Order: sequence, then structure tokens, then C-alpha cells
Amino acid sequence: MVYTPWCTVLGMSIGQTFLGLLESSPRHGYDLKRAYDERFGRTRPLPYGQVYATLSRLLKSGLVEVDSVEPGEGPERKRYAITEAGVTDVDRWLSQAEKPEPYLQSVLYTKVVLALLTDRPAADLLDTQTAEHLRLMRELTRRKDGGDLAEQLICDHALFHLEADLRWLELTAARLDELAREVRSHG
Amino acid sequence: MAELLVADGLNKAFGPTPALDGASISIDAGEIVAVMGPSGSGKSTLLHCLAGIVRPDSGQVRYEGREVTAMPDRERSALRRRQFGFVFQFGQLVPELTCLENVALPLRMERVRRRAAEQRAMEWLERLEVTDVAGKRPGEVSGGQGQRVAVARALVTNPRVIFADEPTGALDSLNGERVMRLLTQSARESHAAVVLVTHEARVASYSDREVVVRDGRVRDLTGARRG
Repeated sequence: MVYTPWCTVLGMSIGQTFLGLLESSPRHGYDLKRAYDERFGRTRPLPYGQVYATLSRLLKSGLVEVDSVEPGEGPERKRYAITEAGVTDVDRWLSQAEKPEPYLQSVLYTKVVLALLTDRPAADLLDTQTAEHLRLMRELTRRKDGGDLAEQLICDHALFHLEADLRWLELTAARLDELAREVRSHG
Repeated sequence: MAELLVADGLNKAFGPTPALDGASISIDAGEIVAVMGPSGSGKSTLLHCLAGIVRPDSGQVRYEGREVTAMPDRERSALRRRQFGFVFQFGQLVPELTCLENVALPLRMERVRRRAAEQRAMEWLERLEVTDVAGKRPGEVSGGQGQRVAVARALVTNPRVIFADEPTGALDSLNGERVMRLLTQSARESHAAVVLVTHEARVASYSDREVVVRDGRVRDLTGARRG
């Protein structure tokens, strides 16, 4: 199994995270970056270049649109809003289970927060992920059964990581109401 | 596969505290189902109701189409002895008897002659890889060995359903794994269904499917069956 560092996994979902944030309310590029950094990038703030490159990609694919343009002292300030196609994209992303891999809590955490922010059933999201983790654990246990010691140890390594993820999922499920209150109070 | 054991809308309260709140589950013949959930969620109460140990306040349990909840105590006891096997976390072996006598005990209660009962018990100790402790008393064997003796005792009557409540709860990873491998392997060979209560995902991964008990209700994570 190849382990993907969390930043790469997160990097793949910045576009969808932006869409989720824009679904909760239209924002200027600067506000979007601030909201992102505050919620998901505390230790790794997004560079401005990446913010505008991502927004331009989302514009091109019709997932966001420019809601309004305000003249400023410098360049014009554009306010971005999510389109219907963007909402569908967020919906698809949030309802799909992530491929179980170690260190993906950051993606899962982001999904949970966005589900709460957009009034989607976050508990169902956690259940879907739990089921996917358990399915993979069953598969690894079967594989271990017919394998030699090396194969068993490789599978055990993966099993322990998946078990740790599951404990996180269980704990988050138990604290969902608390998290919902916190997330919503921060708008 | 045919439905072997079904619980429908079970409610059970202990004093003012509800343990089950409309719990439903269906287990097919030969199927291994893990019942997961946090402490106090009602998973052990569900197992006790399914096994006819505890009577629910309302709702039905059916075994091969017969309503267990409506059976007189004597009939339920006979069902438990002949069709069901049990493995608990600990404390289930009779301390005064040897391990061999412990495994032979369910057969002796069914009036099987001592020699025949002990011969079958020895075969099961072999399958569970614990023949070396046959003449020892439970207090003289390790936790892992004791659990394997308990599994042998649960399987010696060729039951159709094994109820296992946290069977590896008191064991380390390696011994727990050995118990689970032998338990599920033996159950599959004997075509016995297993209802496995556990809070550990690694233990549950030996099953065919998992359900989660939350607030006294059974939730199938695939969303297919809920209640």
C-alpha cells in the first residue's frame, strides 16, 4: 500500500472545499482564503496564487460564477458564488466515501464541517465512511488468512491504521452535536 | 441463504433506562454478523434477547420461524442447550472441572455417555489447538487457552448459532486473533451462524457483515436495513 501524505490528499480537494465554503455564502477571493485558512489551513495557510488559480479553474468549469464586481482602489473586487453545477459537485464529493488511507482525517474533518455548514446529514457521511473502512478491513483480514507471515504483517499494519481512523470516526460521531454548535456559531 | 434468527422491533428497559428501542435484525443460516457499538448502546442486551436469555418488554424473536419470545422457559432452555452455543469474555468455565470435562459438559447435560462425550470433546480441543490443557483446570491455563476451550465447549453440540459476547475482550492482540481465526473457521466448517458482539473493529473484520447498535436501535451501515 502506498501512503499519501495528508497535504497531497488535501491539495486534491481544495477546489471542492472552496465550493463548499461558497455554498454557505458568496465571498470575495480574499474572504475565501481567510475562511479556508481559519477552518482548514491553520498550520498551512494557502498562498494567494493558489487561491486565484483554483478560482479561475472553477470559473472555467462553470462550478462558480462572478456574483458582483466592486470597484476598489486597486484592481476590481470580484465576489464569487457557487452555481447549480457547483452544488451538484459538492453533493457528489460529500456523499462519496474516500478511499480508506491513513492520514486522511484532514479530508474527513473538512467534509464533516462542510456537511454541517451546508445542513447536510453529517452523521450519514460518517456512517458511509465507517462502512467503507470496515469493508476494507474485512478484505485485509481475509487476505491475511491465506497469506504468509510477511503478508500478514503488511495487512496488520494497514489494519491498525484503519482501526485508528475508525476510532476517530466514532469519536467524531459522538461529538457531532457539539461540533455542529461550534461550526454554526462561527458562521 | 435462509433467515435463521430474526428480531423484530425489540424494546427492553432496565428500570427507567431503555436498553433497546425498537431494535430489529435478521441473521441468515451460516452467516457471521458482528454487532458493534459504543459501551451502553444495547448490543449485549440485543444478544441476550436473541439468545432467549432475556425476554424483551415487547417485540418478537423468531428462530426458524418459531417465536422464541412466546416459548415457555423450559422450551427456551432446551433451545439454548441444543441449538445455541455461547462464548463470553471470561468466567464461563466451571473451575472445579478439567478443561476436557468442561467441553464435554453440554453433551453430558444431554445425557450423552461420559466416554462418548469426552471423545467428542477431545476432537474439539484438537481443532482449537488446546489438547495439551485437556487435564488441567481453568485456573491453570492462560487466558487465550481458556478462551479456546470455551469456544470448543460452545461448538461441541454442533449448534446452529454461536453467540459470542466480546470473546477476545480480555486477551492481547495475538491471542485474540488466534481465538477469532479458530472460532470463525470452526463455525464456517460447521455451518453455524455467529452473532459476534464487539467494540473492536479488528475483531469485527472476521465477520461477513457488521451492524451498529446506537441508542438501542440497529443500524445497518450500508443503509439497506435499519430499525
